[in-house]
Amino acid sequence: MSADAGSVSAAGVPLERSQRARRKRADAVAGSGEVLRDGAGWGSRAALALDHTWRDESGFIGWLRTNDHKRIGKRFVVTAFLFFCAAGILAAVMRMQLASPDNHVVGPDFYDQLFTMHGTTMMFIFAVPIMQGMGVYLVPLMVGTRNTAFPRMTACAYWLYLLGALSLWFGFAINTGADAGWFAYVPLAGPQYGIGKRADVWNNLINLTEAMGLMVAVDIATVILKMRAPGMSLRRMPLFVWASLVASMMIIFAMPSVMLAANLAQFDRTFSTHFFNPAEGGDVLIWQHLFWFFGHPEVYFIFIPALGFVSTIIPTFARRPMFGHSAVVLSLIATGFLAFGLWVHHMFATNLPELGKSFFTAMSFMIAIPTAAQIFCWIATLWTGRISLRVPLLFVLGFFAILVLGGLTGIMVGAVPFDLQVHDSYFVVAHLHYVLIGGAVFPLFGAFFYWFPKFTGRMLDERLGRWQFWLFFVGFNVAFFPMHMLGLQGMPRRIYTYGAETGWGTLNLIATIGAVVIAASVLLFVVNFVRSLAKGALAGDNPWGAGTLEWATHSPPPAFNFVALPVVASREPLWVREADEPTHVSGLSAQTREGLVTTVLDALPDVRYSYPSPTVWPFIAAVTVVIWLFWSNITPSGMYYGLIPPAIAFVAWYWPSRKETAEELLLQRRP
Amino acid sequence: MIGGLHDVLMPAGAQAQAILALWHWLLPICTLVFVAIMAALWLAVRRAPRVAQDDTPDVSSLFEREPKVTRTVWIAVAVSTVLLLALLAASVFTDRAIARLPLANALHIELTGYQWWWAVRYDDADPSRIFTTANELHVPVGRPVIVSLAGADVIHSFWVPSLHGKKDLIPGRDATVSFRADRPGIYRGQCAEYCGYQHAHMVLYVVADAPDVYERWAAQQRKPAVAPVNDEQARGRDLFVAKSCAMCHAINGTSAQARNAPDLTHVASRMTIGAGTLENSVSARAAWILDPQQFKPGAKMPGENLAPEELAALNAYLGSLS
Repeated sequence: MSADAGSVSAAGVPLERSQRARRKRADAVAGSGEVLRDGAGWGSRAALALDHTWRDESGFIGWLRTNDHKRIGKRFVVTAFLFFCAAGILAAVMRMQLASPDNHVVGPDFYDQLFTMHGTTMMFIFAVPIMQGMGVYLVPLMVGTRNTAFPRMTACAYWLYLLGALSLWFGFAINTGADAGWFAYVPLAGPQYGIGKRADVWNNLINLTEAMGLMVAVDIATVILKMRAPGMSLRRMPLFVWASLVASMMIIFAMPSVMLAANLAQFDRTFSTHFFNPAEGGDVLIWQHLFWFFGHPEVYFIFIPALGFVSTIIPTFARRPMFGHSAVVLSLIATGFLAFGLWVHHMFATNLPELGKSFFTAMSFMIAIPTAAQIFCWIATLWTGRISLRVPLLFVLGFFAILVLGGLTGIMVGAVPFDLQVHDSYFVVAHLHYVLIGGAVFPLFGAFFYWFPKFTGRMLDERLGRWQFWLFFVGFNVAFFPMHMLGLQGMPRRIYTYGAETGWGTLNLIATIGAVVIAASVLLFVVNFVRSLAKGALAGDNPWGAGTLEWATHSPPPAFNFVALPVVASREPLWVREADEPTHVSGLSAQTREGLVTTVLDALPDVRYSYPSPTVWPFIAAVTVVIWLFWSNITPSGMYYGLIPPAIAFVAWYWPSRKETAEELLLQRRP
Repeated sequence: MIGGLHDVLMPAGAQAQAILALWHWLLPICTLVFVAIMAALWLAVRRAPRVAQDDTPDVSSLFEREPKVTRTVWIAVAVSTVLLLALLAASVFTDRAIARLPLANALHIELTGYQWWWAVRYDDADPSRIFTTANELHVPVGRPVIVSLAGADVIHSFWVPSLHGKKDLIPGRDATVSFRADRPGIYRGQCAEYCGYQHAHMVLYVVADAPDVYERWAAQQRKPAVAPVNDEQARGRDLFVAKSCAMCHAINGTSAQARNAPDLTHVASRMTIGAGTLENSVSARAAWILDPQQFKPGAKMPGENLAPEELAALNAYLGSLS
């Protein structure tokens, strides 16, 4: 976006008082006296000042203190992807064990840890964080602002997440890996049967990753609702941003449920309470309700951002705006609501009232309708478009085949009587991998290929990408399609071995071969990633000719994202530009980290906003919180003494500085 | 080892038959939808012209409606909804068919799940006719069975694919499941809710026999254990009572009456030991008694250090308990 067209001024918008402003080396560029304002285009004195203002200090301290949403977002994505690979290796070991009957690659104790670690890592450490990480990186760029609303909170969220994930895996390394399944049903995970500290480590991970999820969700929802570029009314909001908003809202409602459950379970373990002890009037089924009230929506807040990727990739490669934009938005919102009415379909085999279960069958069927509507809108977009069949679109087409199959088996397992047969069997293992790999991992790889140029400034290799796609697509179906049959043949989940008399050997061997092909495919992506990072073709600002705002700035974007905040007049702001419309806002201070808060519905400029400065306290706060949790596991008194260090860290985090207050007062004067 | 039938698609009872009928609705309709969507996608990609990535996007749809496409999408959504309603109806009717299993003259069985075996108690109005066994249900063909389910420690799940779907055994929450075997045979079931280390070795066989065969079996099970017929067996019984065996197991007619492990009164009549871990042969029993952890690591039964002749005596006694 250039500055030569008309602009509107933000200087008249009053400054929000409550936040601290920061002004550093930018003062040197501006000289003394006047406040330097943005809006003057690349290479100008203002752009230089912006760079000084927003760029992190170099070195380790700068790395630790950063609250740049792009750096934090990349950290989320890279960390989550590494854990995806690690959990994938665990899956490969499980497939080796199951490749033949009565196999002895691993024993039951290690196998139980393997599938628990695999499920927990994939759901809590990979899927949710990577989707949120993509949102942290992309949403501020797509809505045309300079950072997330609460960047320190998101920085803290990352550290909580990283430390939680590392502690779970450290436990695994010292034979204290969680072993009660990723759903950790009580009483198996309770004080009586969940021996050692394995379940405690798992409960800590839940607390830490769910706190992370809530913090990031609040941040993303706030950016979307209050910091969109002027003119980006709700009806012009990009579909990925809509998907992120719906997913964030779902997270805010769903995650407290599992945190509550994990803490009740931990109270049972640490303080000998009896929430889940039937002998003392507790109820083990409450755990399942609390867990699945989170657990089912979780599937959808993994899936919905992926739908956002698909709705972003298809228009770009069909060279036309999305068909049925409003229908897709309404479908996303409907999915978000309906997802909260499905949780009991994980509990059809319990002794809940039968008529009540029928309600959940109806809801499970109903949620297929908004997804079907989106599928038809995507096909219509491709049908009426002109297609450039590049790798991101290839992954989206693979997503169609796998997700639709997984969705249809989802309808099957939504029917109570049929679910009674296949529940907790390999049929469900097949179904959930079709839905989660088809519905989330395929779009995610598409998204990696699509946004890698924006993240790094270089393109991923197209040829390797095609190889990776076909290996993944074929390997996936070879690995998981036979599991449908295994389930129908009576093979239950989570068994570490089976006898030859069951006749499950051949199909299991085929599945293991498929798993090897998947591993080769992921390895190819890692090779492609490393190679392209070093010597991929240079991308330029907008290599795909896309229409959304993240492509309106450099690749990779500068620390300040936009040299001037864009003004939006259409759904595809880079495709449709009216000659008489302003293209950008000017007048925000270039010497402090200033942003623009806009109104919720119409995105009219409302107040100016001062972003918090980078600081090391979110990191320290995260460390102290983790210490507190583990301390409380070792001794109950750790529960209250352990609160002292986090209290100090959080006070230090919010401690106002005299200099920043003075700077803020200066900016509050009328220009 | 006894395989037994364990296939959702090969039902041998009324309940599994009703569920298979639902599958016969689900599979074709879902296949049809899958093929239709893939065909539409394939056609869409095939008919759309190929362009380069820098092709100028066609933004006309932002300013004008696309009535033909809109209509097609609406029709597709409507058809999907109708098909879903049809499947919903099929699901509800199947539910009702399952609930309507006639239960007159039903056999009552209490099934309790333990880590990692099944305690089976055949109920009767006459207390002297109640008996206990483990890891095997014998049922008469054609007669409905009501199974009361209880979880003793953690959650387990009852699943015999050829007879019925799952029902969980949840501590503190009693439940029942009803089924009827319509063909004689051996049906293999397995715990379907993850319950710890040996979840994989928690097999439950259901043996469906003609009514007279079943009655003969039940009459035998009601009797106390047969008395030893030779010195070796007598020595075996004495060892059983004197060693740690009697701390967990029961053999009716002896002083061994503990209920922490499978009742062994008629252990020789069973097909397997260790809840489907090993077949019930002389050599397998001997190996199991010496070191069960080798076959079922984590099982609650410790190995017993017996001299060879002690082992032979104990094994001979157990082998006599038909």
